[in-house]
Amino acid sequence: MLPFKPILLWTDMLVLLLIAAVIAFVVQARQHEHLRAPWRKVARSTGGMIAAPVLLAFLAIGFLDSLHFQRGTPPEKGQAEMRYGPDVLSVLDVLVEHLRVQQERSFSAPFATHAHSRETITRPDGSQVREFPRLRHGGSHLANPETDRAADIGQRLLRALGISTVLGVLASVMVVGTYARRRGLSFDGALAAMREGNVDIPIGPMLVSALLLITTFTMLFALSGVYHVFGTDKVGQDVFYLTLKSIRTALVIGTATTLVMLPFAVTLGMLAGYFRGRIDDAIQYLYTTLSSIPDVLLIAAAVLMMQVYMDTHPEIFDSVTRRADFRLTFLCIILGVTSWTGLCRLLRGETLKLREQEYVLAAQAFGVSHFRILLRHILPNVFHLVIITTVLKFSGLVLAEAVLSYVGVGVDPAMNSFGTMINAARLEMAREPIVWWSLAAAFAFMLLLVLSANLFADAVRDAFDPRMRAVRRGSRAKQAKVPPQPRVAGAA
Amino acid sequence: MSTPILSLSGVRTTVRGADADLHPVDGVSFDIAAGETFALLGESGSGKSLTALSILRLLPDGVDVTTGSIHLDGTDLLALPEQAMRDVRGRRIAMIFQEPGTSLDPVMTVGDQIREVLDRHLGLRGAAADARALELLDAVGIPDPRRRLDEFPFQLSGGMKQRVMIAGALAGEPALLVADEPTTALDVTIQAQVLELLRDLQKRLGMAMLLITHDLGIVAGLAHRVGVMYAGQIVELAPADRFFAAPDHPYSRKLFESLPTRPTSAGRLSVIRGSVPPLGQVWQGCRFADRCDDVRPGCRDADIPMKALEPGHAIRCILGSRALPPAVASAPLDAVVKVASPLLDVHDLRVHFPIRKGLIRRTVGHVRAVDGVSLSIPAGRTLALVGESGCGKTTVGKGIVRLLPLATGRIMMNGVDLATLDGRALRDRRRDFQIIFQDPFASLDPRMRVSEILEEGMTALRPDLDASQRTAAVDALLTSVGLATEAKGRYPHEFSGGQRQRLAIARALAVEPKLIVCDEPTSALDVSVQAQILNLLRDLQERLGLAYLFISHNISVVRYLAHDVAVMYLGRIVERGPTEVVLRHPAHPYTEALLSAVPALHGIDARAPIRLEGDLPSPAAPPAGCHFHPRCPRATDACRREYPSAVSLGPAHTVHCLHPTR
Repeated sequence: MLPFKPILLWTDMLVLLLIAAVIAFVVQARQHEHLRAPWRKVARSTGGMIAAPVLLAFLAIGFLDSLHFQRGTPPEKGQAEMRYGPDVLSVLDVLVEHLRVQQERSFSAPFATHAHSRETITRPDGSQVREFPRLRHGGSHLANPETDRAADIGQRLLRALGISTVLGVLASVMVVGTYARRRGLSFDGALAAMREGNVDIPIGPMLVSALLLITTFTMLFALSGVYHVFGTDKVGQDVFYLTLKSIRTALVIGTATTLVMLPFAVTLGMLAGYFRGRIDDAIQYLYTTLSSIPDVLLIAAAVLMMQVYMDTHPEIFDSVTRRADFRLTFLCIILGVTSWTGLCRLLRGETLKLREQEYVLAAQAFGVSHFRILLRHILPNVFHLVIITTVLKFSGLVLAEAVLSYVGVGVDPAMNSFGTMINAARLEMAREPIVWWSLAAAFAFMLLLVLSANLFADAVRDAFDPRMRAVRRGSRAKQAKVPPQPRVAGAA
Repeated sequence: MSTPILSLSGVRTTVRGADADLHPVDGVSFDIAAGETFALLGESGSGKSLTALSILRLLPDGVDVTTGSIHLDGTDLLALPEQAMRDVRGRRIAMIFQEPGTSLDPVMTVGDQIREVLDRHLGLRGAAADARALELLDAVGIPDPRRRLDEFPFQLSGGMKQRVMIAGALAGEPALLVADEPTTALDVTIQAQVLELLRDLQKRLGMAMLLITHDLGIVAGLAHRVGVMYAGQIVELAPADRFFAAPDHPYSRKLFESLPTRPTSAGRLSVIRGSVPPLGQVWQGCRFADRCDDVRPGCRDADIPMKALEPGHAIRCILGSRALPPAVASAPLDAVVKVASPLLDVHDLRVHFPIRKGLIRRTVGHVRAVDGVSLSIPAGRTLALVGESGCGKTTVGKGIVRLLPLATGRIMMNGVDLATLDGRALRDRRRDFQIIFQDPFASLDPRMRVSEILEEGMTALRPDLDASQRTAAVDALLTSVGLATEAKGRYPHEFSGGQRQRLAIARALAVEPKLIVCDEPTSALDVSVQAQILNLLRDLQERLGLAYLFISHNISVVRYLAHDVAVMYLGRIVERGPTEVVLRHPAHPYTEALLSAVPALHGIDARAPIRLEGDLPSPAAPPAGCHFHPRCPRATDACRREYPSAVSLGPAHTVHCLHPTR
């Protein structure tokens, strides 16, 4: 019998569905040159490759945080069943268990050994003093924090640097080795090629970004065992832990929303453009109406209604996590429902153009059914728009979550997210001395995520957008010649 | 020869590429004297347009002239600062572009576009500029110029726009006019008007002209000297009459031989092997060697220099001057109609597009794109449908294969009226008729492999075939259109224009149709490739007994391929008959004008030109009576009253005209 029970939350299912979709796409792309070629181009862009390791790290954290389970205690005598604890944990929680359990009583600054505010403490002799009490966990191993702390941190950083050097070398060898094998080079040959700048994939910048990332995370983890590297919040939770947990929320909002949005946008957009006439009219009226209602209003109304429903039916959720997760799922759905109009309009226009293309006419001349034409001719030819929109929308959605949570119609207050962190930090900005670390940590991580997502999205758009291709051709490539002449009449 | 106005010497234009530098123009030298028209002739990709842009220094980013010199009246243009170059453009050298629709600013009036040049280069403003603009519009033959001054480009027809372009180019009184394919985007009758205008202006103003074109007919009518370009180099430089009498470079000779007017004795067109070489090709020796029939051992050894044959005439070939093989009279297609029941019999076909207005899209009228067309094609024969753009010939083709909704009409094929069929029944019949489109770049799905493209029709219409049979069929199809069977795993973008058109033909053949509607299948192709496709179409007809409805505006192609011709004007067929009869003895004034407008090479088909006034009227509001009467030189009052009924002039030759030529 397993010592734990796997739990599948709603958003976990969405995440798994997404992973399945990505795998299906990759399998498909391996067979089709036109799908593979743009990704190869993404792999050649410096910006995209700098962003890739960062995004991968975020994705890995998000994925680990999506594997949920409940801990079980072995059955006692006389009981057949395992008993499971009430907490729904994730694999990430286990990996950073110390961060989760090492709670203080209230605020403490990053690397602090003492609390952020004075407390009244009763001495053994009965007298009371107000002073900064030592933290329960932060720097508790130090006998003499004032004098020893700097040395201790330095020592741990050095050790972390050693570890990250080893990890970095391993990673570099792996990457260069893989590249060498793929290109049929020797390892030295690949290194020499890199030195001469003679590689088609910008390995150098990618490795630099990966090494920086490895070093940063090794250091953070090395220190986080004995210090609160980002401080603690009002109830004493480690901010670094909150930040890590927020990553999943951001990723789920950024990707699962797309999953909800795509069926609407793709189906309706293609139908409107392909069939025109009354179907087009109906779909146009629908999205014009929907897009003229302010999104925030619609989202707020939906979320508040659902909140009322959840409050009146507390029995349907057996744990806080489930309840928070339900609200996150709902938020994804409502964000998806309000955000499909842009892509839909884009796809309608493109389909209107494509349906007049002669290859579509040729298929009609073969009596190919409308459904098959949409699937085989229209969809593959608008797919680049879907990919571009998806990656471009990601960062917008992450930011939208922060704004909505800040306004109070975002995720459940019990759920960790950048938005809730910022919202909580807002109330503490007025304190003296100021509590800045929650806001700073949320800001830094969100910036890193959105920035790398944007860099990557730029690379993807450059690779997929035929117009961007035309621009670059015009500037340097061989297609600078005049466009093919539309009519070449023979002389008579 | 007098001192040249423009002198190019060893001009090499370089495109900086990611991997290697490319040279679309590679060592071009020529001179143009004052008052002379010099034609640069070449297929697409030969570098002729980039040569013109190099002269004007209007090259796109990343493209530069790297070696050589360009002198205008002794001034080195390449050494001029950009500021001074702007005084040259428009003032000393003016340019006319190919597409009049996109080279005029749509938000500026005609007058403003011309006055802009006058102001910039001559300092003319106010009333003086107005007067000069009027003169210019008048000079390019625009009727009612005062009204046109205040109109916007969208209010003008294509031919008018090109005239305005020319007026704008002449405004700076340039010493040299560069005309880059000035009539390629225009219809034949309009093209004739514009060419005559250019010839006339050049004579009157005595300016030099650099004419860039791919059309031998235009060169014959306008040029004094000719330079033939191939793969970035000039391969032959000759006076025009010498060139048209006997071209000497193998490539020039092949260009002549592959014209549809000069089939070889076997009834096939002589073709140039392969296709126009890609830009990135690395050259060794003669650039034409791979496609040349006369290739000798020495050809590939070293670069071939220009060799002067006589003063003013030089070729880039190790061979000398030779006589052109005599032209064979057009190969006779069996002219006798075997009166069998026709394969396709179309009666009174009408295709109307509704004009909708208002909030609820009420239909307020119809564009009668096709307005009562009747035609018939026997099995194994070709009917050509000829007319200018906008006459509805493509709509007829799409209507017959039921890609457009029909208003009325009967399409009898194998005893079944296709016009009444729908859904399932129509889909089953689609095996019998297929269509090939004009643009081979738009007619193949870029996301599908060749094998998927070819199998699509088979999957839909021949469900009896299993996967292995389909694969075998794909191989057979590729072989029959002259492509290697390895092609099936590749994507359309890996093929050249001609190869793509072969694929489009193979796709149509995949379902073994009896009739193929060919919608201008060669008009997007280079001359040398056009001959290959025409040969292929004729071979397939002989082998498979296909019937073609061949839609074209190109008379010479029609003459080569078609048994019968139907001439369309504004949605109706005005004349119909056997090809030889109609093309030799046209009876309808429109047919006469259309034929005479085709630019003629020396000696062949020279006709007294009949210039049509004005443009095609709108099919939404066709003129009362005979549609052609507003442009017809023979129109009488009777023509304005009613549409003329068919007059029979001989076996199978009918014409809709009250005053036909007999």
